[in-house]
Amino acid sequence: MTRLTRFTRTTAFKLSLLYIAVFTVMSGVLLVYVSENTDHLMSEQVVQAVDAELKGLSDVYVRGGVRDLVQTIDSRSRHPDASLYLLTDFSGNALVGNIARLPTVVLEEADGGLRRVRYTRLGQDTEDIERQAMVRTFELRGGFRLLVGRDLGEQLHFANLLGNALRLWLVVVVVMAAITWLFVSRRVMKRIDDISATSRMIMNGDLSERLTIAGNNDEFDRLAVNLNAMLDRIELLMQSMKDVTDNIAHDLKTPLTRLQTRIEIALREAKGEEGYRGALEATLDETDQLLRIFNALLRIARIESMAPGSVMEPSDMNKLIAQVAELYEPLVEDEGGTLEIDVPPDLHADCNRDLISQVMVNLIENALKYGRPETGALRIRLGGKEDDGRVILFVSDNGPGIPEEDQARVKDRFVRLEESRSEPGTGLGLSLVKAVASLHGGDLRFKNEDPGLCAWIDLAPVKPASSGSGNAEAGTGHKEEPNRE
Amino acid sequence: MLRILVIEDDPEAASYLVKGLSEFGHTADHAADGQTGLQMALDSNYDILIVDRMLPKMDGLSIIQELRRDGNHTPVLILSALGQVDDRVKGLKAGGDDYLPKPFAFTELQARVEALARRPQSANQVETTYQVGDLTLDRMAHSCRRGETDIPLQPREFRLLEYLMQHAGQVVTRTMLLENVWEYHFDPQTNVIDVHISRLRGKIDKGFDTPLLHTIRGAGYTIRDAAH
Repeated sequence: MTRLTRFTRTTAFKLSLLYIAVFTVMSGVLLVYVSENTDHLMSEQVVQAVDAELKGLSDVYVRGGVRDLVQTIDSRSRHPDASLYLLTDFSGNALVGNIARLPTVVLEEADGGLRRVRYTRLGQDTEDIERQAMVRTFELRGGFRLLVGRDLGEQLHFANLLGNALRLWLVVVVVMAAITWLFVSRRVMKRIDDISATSRMIMNGDLSERLTIAGNNDEFDRLAVNLNAMLDRIELLMQSMKDVTDNIAHDLKTPLTRLQTRIEIALREAKGEEGYRGALEATLDETDQLLRIFNALLRIARIESMAPGSVMEPSDMNKLIAQVAELYEPLVEDEGGTLEIDVPPDLHADCNRDLISQVMVNLIENALKYGRPETGALRIRLGGKEDDGRVILFVSDNGPGIPEEDQARVKDRFVRLEESRSEPGTGLGLSLVKAVASLHGGDLRFKNEDPGLCAWIDLAPVKPASSGSGNAEAGTGHKEEPNRE
Repeated sequence: MLRILVIEDDPEAASYLVKGLSEFGHTADHAADGQTGLQMALDSNYDILIVDRMLPKMDGLSIIQELRRDGNHTPVLILSALGQVDDRVKGLKAGGDDYLPKPFAFTELQARVEALARRPQSANQVETTYQVGDLTLDRMAHSCRRGETDIPLQPREFRLLEYLMQHAGQVVTRTMLLENVWEYHFDPQTNVIDVHISRLRGKIDKGFDTPLLHTIRGAGYTIRDAAH
């Protein structure tokens, strides 16, 4: 595509063309209107002047007869102004006047009508110069014919002048419009081209690129600001996706490498069936860990894409927490800690029992791993309360807590704080808690209680009217569970 | 020995399943799509069906619904890559008997297949007492005895022992225990089940000559009389 065709296809060019066309038509209309009106006005003046002159001359004729009339016309004819006179006798011979020649028909039809004629002026012109005039001719008593008129030269000259001025103005307007629009459209095109160019750069992979903002807050600036905001969001998403992928790569690489090393060592050094068995059992443990990571990732992804309505039912929080506590109490005791329950009676929430139980389990396991105080026994508190229209479920410990600056970070996938790297774990526990919390329209939050950390999520409470049925449903446990016994 | 039909479209996964099941002494057939699978399940008398959820021509859930409508009550184990909460519920509602999300360990599948095969087909087949060696569990009286000694059990310990004894001689995985005794369908990272088992072991095995509750490494637990 050539530059020209590219230019002519732009919206700016088409708009300019339309603008110029409209302007030209309007100017043309104006031109015609002005010249028509001027012409009309001047003709009127001519007619009035001629009529006044005629009246004067006919008075002269009535009072003084032909002789006086001839004298008056003769003296007036000598003035070099625009007035024209001609007096003829009954046979058409000119008696007096300043017209040398004019069409004979004008004199023959002396009906007093206004006529536009070409004539040659006496004494001033050579034979071949013709002028234009407006004339009236009357027949006087005695066969005399009197012609009075006014030369139109001045008027024509003025009309000509006006026409030329208007035409010139039209040309100037069109040219100016074209120039202005060219300038404007070039500016517009430049901005759009800038945006296109930046977009191309971004498409080519440089996500940090941004559209320039001119600072005059025009529509292009507003567009650029919005596009930049969109780019910020995309960059953030890309970054977090990259982080997740990097993390997956890193966290899966470690157990895979370990697995490979074990197999290599076994092949090289293991002796006898016993040796191979040991090596195989060790690799099985590694694959178990890998499977666990995959399952946790899949489960989080699944929870994040779940429709909340499909998996929720009103549940009794007392029952739910008691069951989780019952599962974990022996383990906590074996670890030398205590597990306490703190739930007010009749606390119900709309939730998925399995997912919320897993949330509690994950938080308890975190407390077991990281919530141990430097001195004294681990104390885990497990509870719920109603606060500000939400049901809060919390797990607190009496350990070192999480530094404030890390509290947001630990919810991300695979994030494990330096101190905890040595502990076994996938780094996905809190990510799952966060995913479940947002599925329930809530969030995972932390508070350092000095000593200890309180981690909590919030759920939608079940309204008192429906809590009765919720109770019953929670009471029957798992309806979807087929008869197992 | 069980006759098992594996309906799975991924040839690699299918051959892994068929081979693994054969090694454990079962006879396993394979169907690669839904329609063939349904036809084979209707034509022959299998003990267990292992059905993948997503299959060409006819999906896993439709196969199960078709079978049940036809009056066929062969236990079905559903395999699924979807494998989470709501899918599990859908699978069981369609008439499946157990649900195992992919990826899974073969020991888990093996344990579940055997548990399904041993499942009582109707309510009047359910036994009221379980006996393993000299250990007796009376489900009606909610009591447990070993030899002449009464063993007091917490309600959850009772459920745990009940499930183990119901599947006496079979391997029961930690996941199966968590699903059936605690009704949780997720895997905790810690050895929380082991602690419960060791407490139970402390009650039923401690002070007796022959241990009945055994740990199977890499798989789970089993309760059996050493004499058998």
